[in-house]
This record gives sequence, C-alpha cells and structure tokens, in this order.
Amino acid sequence: MFLSIATTHQPATDLGFLLNKHPDRLHELALTYGKALIFYPEASEARCEAALVLDVDPIGLVRGKGQSDGLLDQYVNDRPYAASSFLSVALNKAFRTAMNGVSSARQELADSAIPLEAVVTPLPLRGGEAVLRQLFEPLGWDVTLAPIAGPQGDTTSRYVRLTLRGTARLAALLNHLYVLIPVMDDAKHYWVGDEEIEKLLKRGEGWLDAHPAKELIVRRYLRHRGVLARAALARLAPEVQDDALESETQSQSEETLEAPIRLNDLRLAAVVDALRATGARTIADLGCGEGKLLQFLVRERFAERMIGLDPAARELERAAKRLKLGAPGGPPEGRVTLLQGSLTYRDLRWAEAADAAALVEVIEHLDPDRLPMVERVLFGAARPRAVIVTTPNADYNALFPSLPAGQFRHRDHRFEWTRAEFAAWAQRVCSSFTYQVALSGIGHNDETHGAPTQMAVFTR
Amino acid sequence: MNIEIPDFALVVLIGSTGSGKSTFAAKHFLPTEVISSDHCRALVTDDETDQSVSADAFDIVREIAGKRLKHRRLAVIDATNVRPADRKGWVELARKWHALPVAIVFDPGIDLCIERNRSRPERAFGGPVVQRMVQEIRRGLGGLQREGFRQVWKLDSVARIEAATIVRQPLWTDKRHDHGPFDIVGDVHGCASELQALLGKLGYQVDWREQNGQRAVAVTPPAGRKAVFVGDLVDRGPQSPDVLRIVMSMVAAGTAYAVQGNHDRKFQRWLAGRKVTIAHGLQATIDQLATEDARFRDSLPDFLDGLRSHVWLDGGRLAVAHAGLKEEMIGRGSGAVREFALYGETTGEIDEFGLPVRADWAANYRGPTTVVYGHTPMLHAEWVNNTMCIDTGCVFGGRLTALRWPERDLVEIAAERVWCEPVRPLAARNAAGSAQAEADQLLDIDDVTGRRWIDTTLRGRMVVAEENAAAALEVMSRFALPPQWLVYLPPTMSPSETSAREGWLERPEEAFAHFRTRNVAEVVCEEKHMGSRAVIALCQSADVAKARFGIAGDESGAIWTRTGRAFFNDAVMTEALLARLRGAVESAGLWQELQTDWLLLDAEIMPWSAKAGSLIESQYAPVAASSVAGLDAAADALTRAAARGLDVAVLRDQFDARVARAQRYGAAWAPYVWPVDGIADLKVAPFHLLASEGRVWFDQDHVWHMTLAERLVAADSVITRTRWRIVPLADDAAVHDAVAWWEQLTAGGGEGMVVKPKSFVARGPKGLIQPALKVRGPEYLRIIYGPEYDAPEHIARLRQRKLEGKRNLALREFALGHEALTRFVAREPLRRVHECVFAVLALESEPIDPRL
Repeated sequence: MFLSIATTHQPATDLGFLLNKHPDRLHELALTYGKALIFYPEASEARCEAALVLDVDPIGLVRGKGQSDGLLDQYVNDRPYAASSFLSVALNKAFRTAMNGVSSARQELADSAIPLEAVVTPLPLRGGEAVLRQLFEPLGWDVTLAPIAGPQGDTTSRYVRLTLRGTARLAALLNHLYVLIPVMDDAKHYWVGDEEIEKLLKRGEGWLDAHPAKELIVRRYLRHRGVLARAALARLAPEVQDDALESETQSQSEETLEAPIRLNDLRLAAVVDALRATGARTIADLGCGEGKLLQFLVRERFAERMIGLDPAARELERAAKRLKLGAPGGPPEGRVTLLQGSLTYRDLRWAEAADAAALVEVIEHLDPDRLPMVERVLFGAARPRAVIVTTPNADYNALFPSLPAGQFRHRDHRFEWTRAEFAAWAQRVCSSFTYQVALSGIGHNDETHGAPTQMAVFTR
Repeated sequence: MNIEIPDFALVVLIGSTGSGKSTFAAKHFLPTEVISSDHCRALVTDDETDQSVSADAFDIVREIAGKRLKHRRLAVIDATNVRPADRKGWVELARKWHALPVAIVFDPGIDLCIERNRSRPERAFGGPVVQRMVQEIRRGLGGLQREGFRQVWKLDSVARIEAATIVRQPLWTDKRHDHGPFDIVGDVHGCASELQALLGKLGYQVDWREQNGQRAVAVTPPAGRKAVFVGDLVDRGPQSPDVLRIVMSMVAAGTAYAVQGNHDRKFQRWLAGRKVTIAHGLQATIDQLATEDARFRDSLPDFLDGLRSHVWLDGGRLAVAHAGLKEEMIGRGSGAVREFALYGETTGEIDEFGLPVRADWAANYRGPTTVVYGHTPMLHAEWVNNTMCIDTGCVFGGRLTALRWPERDLVEIAAERVWCEPVRPLAARNAAGSAQAEADQLLDIDDVTGRRWIDTTLRGRMVVAEENAAAALEVMSRFALPPQWLVYLPPTMSPSETSAREGWLERPEEAFAHFRTRNVAEVVCEEKHMGSRAVIALCQSADVAKARFGIAGDESGAIWTRTGRAFFNDAVMTEALLARLRGAVESAGLWQELQTDWLLLDAEIMPWSAKAGSLIESQYAPVAASSVAGLDAAADALTRAAARGLDVAVLRDQFDARVARAQRYGAAWAPYVWPVDGIADLKVAPFHLLASEGRVWFDQDHVWHMTLAERLVAADSVITRTRWRIVPLADDAAVHDAVAWWEQLTAGGGEGMVVKPKSFVARGPKGLIQPALKVRGPEYLRIIYGPEYDAPEHIARLRQRKLEGKRNLALREFALGHEALTRFVAREPLRRVHECVFAVLALESEPIDPRL
C-alpha cells in the first residue's frame, strides 16, 4: 500500500523537518507485520513529496503462531496490499511526533495551515464514493478519486486511488488519514489489542466530535472489533461467515423492512402468550438462535424450564451471554438449558422434557426437502403437547415498498409461504400426526394481504 | 452348599459387621466385581469406618454397580444391607438393568461377629450394635423373595460359609454357544398343515405315528440345523394341538427352541385354571383340546412353563423374541424383559380398529445383534435396522415365513385359506417404500454427535472428535443435501512432497518417489481439471431415486460438492445436466452392462467460475487489483526518487519484479473462467465410477475407471475427456516423459495433475497408502499462495510446509467414504451410511492449512 504527502509551501523541503525524516535518505522502519519504507520521490524548494510504502509480509501474516491462529485466515486476501489499519499503525510509528503537532525545528510551521496533497492507493471503497466524500469533505479536503481497474480490466473495482488536496496543519492531515483509512476499509480488523482502538479515538480529538459522519465513523470501528470468525467455520461454512461479517447490513435489511411495525417484539410477545395459553411448563425453543425468545420467557413465571436448541455453537454462545447463564444475576441453574442440536435429528435431550415447542422464524431457514424429516422429529417422535410455528407471510411482502417482487425478506430464507401454503402444510401435519391447529397472524393485519407474520399453534 | 447364580446378576451380600462377607467376596469374586461400601467410604474421606459419609459412599457404590450392570457385568454389593430399606435400592437397580437380584445372607452367629469386631480395633462396633444388626437380618429373612430377590441363599454357620462354592450359570435365555444354523419360524397360530409344509420345504422330515395309543410326531432336521419358533403357536387356527405336538417333540429332542408368545402365555394361564378373558381365538384352541386325550393335555403345562422369554444365539449375533426386544434387554432377565418380549411396546393410543397402537421400537433399534420376531402380522417380512418381523399372517390367509440363519434367506408357504378374519387388514409397514426407508426417515442426534468410533473395512476403527462433529452439525442440517442423497463425500487430497528443486513448491518427481518408495510399480497420471469437485448420483428415473435412495421428492438424481451442498442452486439446471448424463450412460450401454439402475460418479465440473465465481470476485480479483495498484505506485515513486539521485535502484528493480508477479496473479485464473448460460457451457469430467447397484467399484483399477470415463466422453459433448497415462515407475524414460507432460500441461495454463497408484485401494509396507497425490503447476499455486509466493524470500519459507496432517486426513476420509459406499450398497440402514458421511464432513473441520 502506498501513501504520499506533498506540500508546495515554500521552502517545500521543510516537510522533512515536519515529518522528522531527512528528504535525501531512504528510511526503513521495522513493524511487527512487515516493514515501512519512507523516501522522497520529489524534494525541491517548490514541491516536496514524502512517500510511505508499507510492505506487509504476506507469508508472515498468514503463518501466525499456532496451526491456524495466524492473524488472517489462511487464504489469499487483499490485506497485504489494501490501505487499511495497517497503514494507520505504520503512520503512527513513522510520524508520531508530526501527528502530535510537534516539530522541534519548525514548530511554527507545524502549527500553521499549509497547502497539502495526499495520495492513498489502493484504498478500499466500502460504501462507495459517497461515503468517501462524506468522510473527507467536511474536513475541508478537496477529494479526487480514480478507480482502480480489476485484473480483467473491469472498472467496478472496489479500490480507488484517493487524492486529497487542501490547506491544513500537517498533523490534522495525518490524523484524518489515520482514523479515516480504516473507516473506508471497513474490513475485519486485527487490532493488536484494545489499546489500538483507544489510540484511534485519541487521534480523533478535536475534529471527530463535530464531524457530521461521526456516527458512521464510530460504528464502523466498533463493529469490527473482535470479529474473528473461527477458522473451522470459515472452511466449512463460508456463507455463515459472510453472515457474521455482514450480519449488520443483512439483519438490518430485514429489520429495516419490518421496522415500522417492530415486528420482532410483537412476534415474540404473541408466541409467549400462545405458550402461556397452552399451559406448558417446560418449553423447548427450537432454533433459539441468540436466545431472544428465551429472554422473553425467562421473565415469565409459567415457564418453569426452558431448553434452547440451535445447530450453531456460536449462536448458543451469544444466547448464553444474553441470558447470563452461569453468571451472577442469571436464571437459577437448570432453568435454562442450551443444547447444540438440529431439528433434522431426533433428540431425546429435549424431546423427553418439553411440553411445548416453539419454532419462531425457523422453518423458512430449512430447505423444503428437509421439512418431512423435521416433521417426523417434531410431530412424530417428540410429540410435545403443543407446537408453535411462526413464519413470514409471503402475501404481505407486497406491502414492503423496498422489497422487489419474488424476493425473500432474508438472504437465508429458503422459502416464504403464502397463507394458503402455510395452512395446507399445517393441515397435512395435523392429519399425518394427529394434531389440531389454530392459525393466526401477528402484526398489522391488512385486509387483502393479512399480517406480516403467520403463526400456527398445534395441539394434541 | 453349591450356590448357583446367573453369570449376569446383582449379588447382594447381607450380614452384620464381622459376619465374613468381605472375606467370602474376595474368595469367590474378582476384586473388580466386588463393590464395598467400606471402600467407597474410604474413597470419600480416607476412613472406611466414617459412617457420617455413608450416603455419599452409597451413591458411589450405586454408580459403579450401575455402570457394571449396564455393560452386562456381574456386580457384588458388599455392605451390611441389614434393613429392607437398605436393600430396596439394589433390587430397583437390578431391575433397571434387567439383571437378576440375588441375595446371599451370612449369619455365622452373633458371638462370632462380636468377637471378630473386637479383634479389629479400627471398628468401633460394640456388641449391642452387632446384636441389633443380626436380629434385624433374621427378621427380614423371610421377606427377601417378596422384596424382589430372585434367589436367596442363606449361609448360617462358619462351616457353611467356608464350604460354600459359587457356580455361575449362563442365563436360561443365553444360548450364545449354539451357532446353529437355524430356521426361525414365524407365528404359526395352529396352522399345522402350513407348518408341516414349511418344515418340509426347509428340509425337515415330519413323521406322524401312533405311540402308546397317542398321536405322536418325530421331526428330523437337515444335518445340524435347528428350528426356532417365535411363539404364538396356538389360537385362531385349525390345529393348535398338532402344532404343539410338532414343536414339543422338537424341543424335547433338542432340535428346536421356542420362545413364548402372548397367546401361548394366555393358554398356559387358562390351563392352570386362572381367570382369563376368552377372546382372540383362544376358544378355538380350547375346543380343539376338548377332543384330545388327557395325557396330551397333561403334558402341556410343563412345556408351556418352560418357554423362554427370548433366546440369544450364535455368539450373540442373533436374538429371537416374540414381539421383539430392545438392545438393552437382550440376554438379560427381568419382568420388563419378559413383558416386552411378549407384547412389545404400545404408545397408549388406540387405533381405528380398537387395537393398541404399537410403538415402533424397530425403527429406533441401533444394536449390533440381529433381532427376529413376530407378533405383528405384516404383508412382507422386511429388514429394518437389523431386525425383522417374520409374522406374515398365515392364519389370516397370508403366509407362514421362516428366516434361514445365517443365510438370511426367507422361505415361505402360502396359507391354505383364510383361517381367521383379521380385525385390522394386513399392511406393509410403509406403502410407499421399503420398511427400512420408512425407518430411515428419522435419524438420531446420537447417530452423529459426541465422540464417535466408526469401524471401517479399509482402516479399522476411526475416532471422530466431539468438537469436529459439533462443527459439522450445522452444515449438515442446514446447508447439505438431505442425508438420503448424501451417501458419499470425497476425501481431501494431499499434494506431493515439497519439491527438492530450488524455487519450486511442487513437481512430479516427488509424487513418483512417494509411490516408488511404497512399492507401487505403476501409477496413473490424470490431468487435474480446474473446476469444482462434484459427486453425481444418477438414477435411471425418478422412481428409481425414490426406491433406491428413499427420497421424497421427484428428483432423478443429485449433484453435490465436496461439503455436501447442492452443486447448482437451480434444480432445473441439475435435472437438465442429469438428463444429459443419463443419455450418455444409456448410449454407452452401462445400465445393462453393470446391471444397475443408478450410478454414483466422482467428477470435476467446469468452469471453476460456475461454483467459485463469488470466491473469485470477492477474494482473488481484489488481491489482483490491489496488489498491482499499490506496487505500481511504489515502483513509480521509487523511479522518481532514483531520478533525483537517491540510491534506490536495487529497490526499484525489486518492486518492478513484484509488479510483474502481481500482474501474473491477475492472469492466473483466466483459463478457468467463462460465463455459464446453460448446460452447453458446462464441462463434466468424470474420473471414478464410485458405485452402482450391489457394487462399490473401488476394486477396479484406475485404467478401468478412465476407460469407462472415455466411453461416456464419446457419448455426449457435455462430458469432457481427462487426459491420462500409465507410468511404470521403474521405467526412467516413461517417468521422464510424464514429467515433461506435466510441464507442458502446466505451461499451458493447466492446474496440474493427479498421480494415483494404479490400484484404487493400494497398500504398502506400512498399510494403506495415499489414493492420490496432486502436483499443481506454479501459476495455479500463485492463485492459492498469493501473488508473490515465488519471490525468493517467500518461497523459502513456504517450502517448509507440513503434510502429515493432510495426508492422515486424506487416508481417514478415503476409508470413511469407502465405508459409506460399502454400507449403502449393502442396503444398511441410512444412519450407518450417514455416520460415515457425517464423519468425513466432521474431519474437514480439523485445522489443516487449506492451501495444501
């Protein structure tokens, strides 16, 4: 990755004093993840340009210490090349005094606004040109960007060569770059430690507070803190990992879609009411995910025992945290049990205990050809006295203005049923497994399209 | 006294302190069989007399005893067990594990016990305590049978205690030493004529004669064979007395076993004058008996009393019970075992005919012992999870069925007529498919999770770690195809050893050396297509798919990836490709030649971008773009710096070289990428025929497989040829040629080649050897290792790669895949196939460098 800083303030070579790096030498700086070269491609009275070339060691980056505990997944990726927080760390190390606005030889100059030009390439363009402008323009920079073509000459590349021009203190430019390069990159960041985050926020002092895109900046930092998908999962289920990475945008889309009605809360409340009405004491939340329904149920006296089942270990970890299991203030031991398991396998661990089972927004995440197996496990083998199933009502999708016709509400949905389809399925389950069913809707009930969520309460 | 106890029992010693229990136990039982409360007290607090921890100590005794009984091991409880309340728990424990509770009471006299306690200073039990204990034991003596002990032995003097011997007897049901062969006969229900015909068909000679004025019969079996009757000899049918005569004579002659059926039991109770409801055909038996003479009638109770709950035969491989038996009950004895064997299990619900709904224990059966049973009339006798019901409703006009063991052949005789109208019409277990397919609709979480051991033909017992299984669960249940399709996953493939040649990672010489040192004479080199691995299940029709794979939908096959996902997201695309492949197989005449209506193919489907498009877009292309851009900018800056006189010429040259590498990276996958608008844009390169009906083709060498593949290539343009050659490893010229061939392949943008021992399954001096090694070309490796991998400073480090983990994984997955196919072809229950496939996926979660 490449960064250059140039000035036309005269004498331009004073830039060397400001940066504390002599213009006629090649400076080499060792970093934990590679090295940085600093040199001046141009150094005249009229214009002086310092270049920082960051050479990340791609092999070392991958190798790590343990078998698969390298900083990065053991795949080829753009981290050694794309401008990212690595560049920020290098900036901090190479130009720390300059970033602090200190110059022993030219303090007055360091305190003055001078004409500056910076080039960063390749800079990831996450969020597009708009975001980039949104970040730099309010700080007074004139932004020019040149797209970087892909290997087959395609122009829809995700990188640009960024040029900033403006008049400012050098320290301000460096601090802006330090904070905003990782924000633009917006990728998983492998901070050396929490203190790096603190450093980042410190670099924002004096300007970040008043920045109109402050929230975006802060959110992008914090989001990627500690997102370290497990190596095993990365190999087995790349789509899950993608989900984890993009969970914000994705679940946002479903939430945004359904936001005006705060559907999820309504849904959970309706399920809790339905469970209460069944008289069940031990409730299995099948496909509990991160435990949102369980969190509602824990507050209910009627729910004496709860079992949460999910195939994803990481979801269960989140649920345990959310429910404070085994932690002070959490429910008493044994009241909530979390199990890793799957609805496609008969499982006595929950089947023997549960009076009622809830599948809240679960079935649509299973391929239709798996449903017969799930039906047998649930209605045929486990046979709890009551089963509550909720799923999106596809009829209602017509009322979501931002949802194109025929598209599902969530990327992982394998199907979305109309009310007629859901009713047909429920009736078939009832006749195959001797249950009765009551169908209803949850959320705003549209005269033509029904409610956004449909619920079936099976009893026997 | 000769104490005869069952070899599987819970022996409870009863006696006051000082009565000599522990000494007796040490003399007659293994130290590991005896669980002493004193010892467990000591385990808890280092003091075996510490009565304050008795409750905890007894928890331990109970836990150990329970584990022993679970594993069908005799256990001896060495504690005073003075009061009925002390003993109650042991009887319950014995019942839980279907072991016979046996009591041995020690009463050498109060004085002696007191005396012995005195000589043991660590025991603080005074005379009154001992006296109270002994009296309590004597009081309870009479009630021991009532408490549930099936045997009570009383040793009431020192002499008797010392003289006693213990003899262990196998349980009445345990006939494991009898290896047969057997002919197991289903529910006869008084159908003597059909029984006689069936015995005749099985080669038994049945001779009726008069003996002492009585009708008598002698049955001579074929040499060495024995009959086993699953019970329900009587009721409903026309000639129950003759059926009894045949079976009684055979049992008496030692040529048959008979287990008790519920009808036999009721008949026995009626004979004994007990109050029974006369229904379900009992009246017929009673009427038939009325005309028989008294001597025949008098011989019945002994026979009926002697019927076993079940028999356990042939080294433990076979069990026969009337209504079936759960795994944990086989070879054990308890009221519950007898009850289950007689009536099976019901759900408590009543069906539309007023009959109890039977719980389908066989669908849940997981045991290694084959269970053959009757009781429930079926249309056909079918295997389900290693069990078979052979009641085919002869008395209801069906057939009388026998199962020959160990041959597993069915021999049947049609009923002469409907002797009795069934209340519920005879039905197949499942109208749609086989009974096994029906049972396979449910898999158990215990079939796949937890630490698992899988026995494989190729590589013995294999362990799957719990955490690996856990990692595979979500993928298998949410992303993979249904288990019915997924009968195989291909193994991972290791690269060859790192090349000895400077600047290279992989070259063919190492692959050849690898096999040469393992005594492989010939290898087959196959061009490695740069596409995506695909396993293709191809059926002749959707009906075949339903029948053979037990799937519910209308697919005529399936195509899946290395991790079990559907290869194409689009079912139409899958079916269209299957149709093309089906046509090719048809015109190559393989259906007839291989006598099959389905095939399982291992193939590569191209282009790479068809499956890996998003990977290229999200991972590889950005690397290409970003590396070129950054390095280019740096090289440019260095050029300008050099121009103003800075000493950076060397550095600039380095960066120029790096730019060149980055540009090569962007070009590396170009040959593997093209747009796909339909089937015509795809290329399928099959290289293994994995299996077809009745066959796993791992016994044919790769020349056979490649020749077969070429016949398919000739049949349809969607199938593409894999270039290949045989290389005799002793022939230097041929090896040299093969190396040159590889160089030419990779120079032309090819991925490289795969080198396989000519035999599909090859063994060397140290056992199973790698079924294949890949040798990838330098430009392909660039995609995998990164743009600058071959820069001298990088490749030196990359060459230090460890292959053992990958190699080990490849062998384990190969053996598991072969096992899955073997089991599938042998029509074993789905869970047995699925556990192997699941294990392959689980192993894939092991942390192995994915670049290998």
